Amino acid sequence: MSLIEHKPLERRAAPSEQGRIMLAHGGGGQLTDELINHTILPRLGNADLDELLDAAEVTLVAAEVALTIDSYVVQPLQFPGGDIGRLSICGTVNDLAVTGAEPLAIALSMIVAEGFDRHLLGQILDSVRATADEADVRVVTGDTKVVPATAADGIYLTTAGIGRRIGPRLHPRQIRPGDRILINGPIADHGLAVMLAREMPHVQSPLRSDIAPLNSLIRRILEDVPTVAFMRDPTRGGLAGVVAEVAQRQKLHVTIDERQIPLRPETWHAAEMLGLDPLEVANEGKVVAFVRPDTAEQVLQIMRDHPLGREAAIIGQVDDDGPPVCEVLTRIGGRRVLHKPYGEQLPRIC
Amino acid sequence: MSRRVLELQQVIQRLHEVAPRLGRTARFMEVCGTHTVNAFRSGLRSLLPDNVQLLSGPGCPVCVTSQGEIDRIIHLATQPNVILCTYGDMIRVTGSTSSLADARAAGADIRVIYSTLDAVQIAVGNPHRQVVLAAVGFETTTPATAIAILEAERLELDNFTVLASHKCILPALEALLDSGKVQVDGFVCPGHVAVVTGAEVFRSIVHRYRLSCVITGFEGPQIAAALLRLTELRLGGMPRLENLYPQAVSPEGNPRALAAIARVFEPVDAVWRGLGMLPESALGIRAAFSEFDARRRFDLPEHEPPEPRGCVCGSVITGRASPDQCPHFAVACTPAHPIGPCMVSSEGTCAAWFKYAAHPRRRAPSPLHEQEVPT
Repeated sequence: MSLIEHKPLERRAAPSEQGRIMLAHGGGGQLTDELINHTILPRLGNADLDELLDAAEVTLVAAEVALTIDSYVVQPLQFPGGDIGRLSICGTVNDLAVTGAEPLAIALSMIVAEGFDRHLLGQILDSVRATADEADVRVVTGDTKVVPATAADGIYLTTAGIGRRIGPRLHPRQIRPGDRILINGPIADHGLAVMLAREMPHVQSPLRSDIAPLNSLIRRILEDVPTVAFMRDPTRGGLAGVVAEVAQRQKLHVTIDERQIPLRPETWHAAEMLGLDPLEVANEGKVVAFVRPDTAEQVLQIMRDHPLGREAAIIGQVDDDGPPVCEVLTRIGGRRVLHKPYGEQLPRIC
Repeated sequence: MSRRVLELQQVIQRLHEVAPRLGRTARFMEVCGTHTVNAFRSGLRSLLPDNVQLLSGPGCPVCVTSQGEIDRIIHLATQPNVILCTYGDMIRVTGSTSSLADARAAGADIRVIYSTLDAVQIAVGNPHRQVVLAAVGFETTTPATAIAILEAERLELDNFTVLASHKCILPALEALLDSGKVQVDGFVCPGHVAVVTGAEVFRSIVHRYRLSCVITGFEGPQIAAALLRLTELRLGGMPRLENLYPQAVSPEGNPRALAAIARVFEPVDAVWRGLGMLPESALGIRAAFSEFDARRRFDLPEHEPPEPRGCVCGSVITGRASPDQCPHFAVACTPAHPIGPCMVSSEGTCAAWFKYAAHPRRRAPSPLHEQEVPT
């Protein structure tokens, strides 16, 4: 149930969307009004946003509120499976969802380079709206700035979101030996789809980003299984970043079984070609869940019953003893340690 | 369970059966960064018998590039009006004072490329700027550099040059063996290089040094199969050249690639990190293509600074030291703050140890062998 009053959207007359963004579009004057009224509100408008107040009011019944913020600078702006608009909603919705909060409202800030194609801006905002609808959340306030063309690479989006906690607080401190680790589907699709689109646009690949809002999947899990210990979306740093950090920070030995980790063959090939480890590549529609052993099968079933979890799998567990690292049981039955990745993914020479 | 894994289990089981008959520790060396990484990443290292050791030799092209050469690449990147194109591995390698990542942060225009022809395209698209390709690598990447130069010639580009740091694997192996400082029992030879050079290039190692060479592919099971063959050949006493990767590697190599290399490049002397100056061990651009040679078109610093104090990368890439014997390893030198190139390149031996070996600094350093570690 949404806690914010919601009026049906009144669509305005379709504006002319040719031309480019100019500095004055961010100047707070008439041209800014024109941009807001013709490009932004027809797409994102709702009772709160339409007010164009300096701040939107959100009525909260619950006492515990989650707050998050994230910036989006992806290149290319459009990639197979999504775009920066969809990313800006999914990223923030998912950050709220994995902490056990139901997203309530989103604030959107845009930094646009002078000269940016207005039609493309429209497409990005359409995508923001469609994704927000899909996630059942609304953009209630926002801001637009225009900077000189050389000061920004096209467009940057920042979204902040607030959410209401719907279940128990999820925290890595709650992870215990014996807990099982689950993921809702194949890894590494987002990072590799974006990297291929950016670096090798001539390569034809079936790879598509997995980008999706996870809040409905996560809500179902938390409603049925309140004992979930911890969840995180394995975005930058990939699955390796999540499990290695849990092992290191919580001082627990974690084992994941590479043979159980869903990975599409085309993704594996793309990673091999670029010299990247799929475990370290970003996802945007995945959640890693640490759950009590007696609920693992139930959570797995909930995931598999959801469209975003058809290929979910139990991929590992938290062990009783051992050094505080994550160990990978490899495809060929060997073992290796999994560390948090460095930060910049650099393709290898050969 | 897949057929591949079953086959691998048989190979590993067989290796465990025959290894005790060696009566001592056998040390086999791979000379390919992809082998280094995949032996760890696949978990193969954890499955080997205790007395079959896999050493990493001078197979990571970034790691064998001298610090002076890295300084020259950074120098080029910071020249006005230059776009420097490089493979991704080079970005974080530190020269004597800084890295390409530092130069990029300070405003240098540095582009990571995936194909040498991308660099040619950048030159076409930026006719008023000088585009320099920092070309590093063994025989695997040399043909692509040759083709880029031939393409630039065809397009009559006057703003495209190459800083060629291409090296040849055979002189390095010979220098390593001639030095007498390394004891090895055979080589796991790199499939990628052999695709270009042909399998026969390794025959001289078998003849001159009486050591077996087994050419293989890059996945864990393929590396395991090579180690089993090397162990069996060691037990048999008759060194041989064997090609376990015949689907990709022919005896004579790729004639078109070799022709492109021969047309554009000629053998030159070069400084290797860890090995020093080796005669005719690298490939320089022929005078006929001098207009595309960054060494001729730009004024470059010629110095060869000493390697970083205490860094034993030179010993690591010659198989004389294991990374955990270095005083910097996992203490001052980590992938986030690398001191030597073996930690920077994702294919580097130190980076692979740091990344995949069981918690490096939790164990006391265990000497893998008896050679002294220079400090």
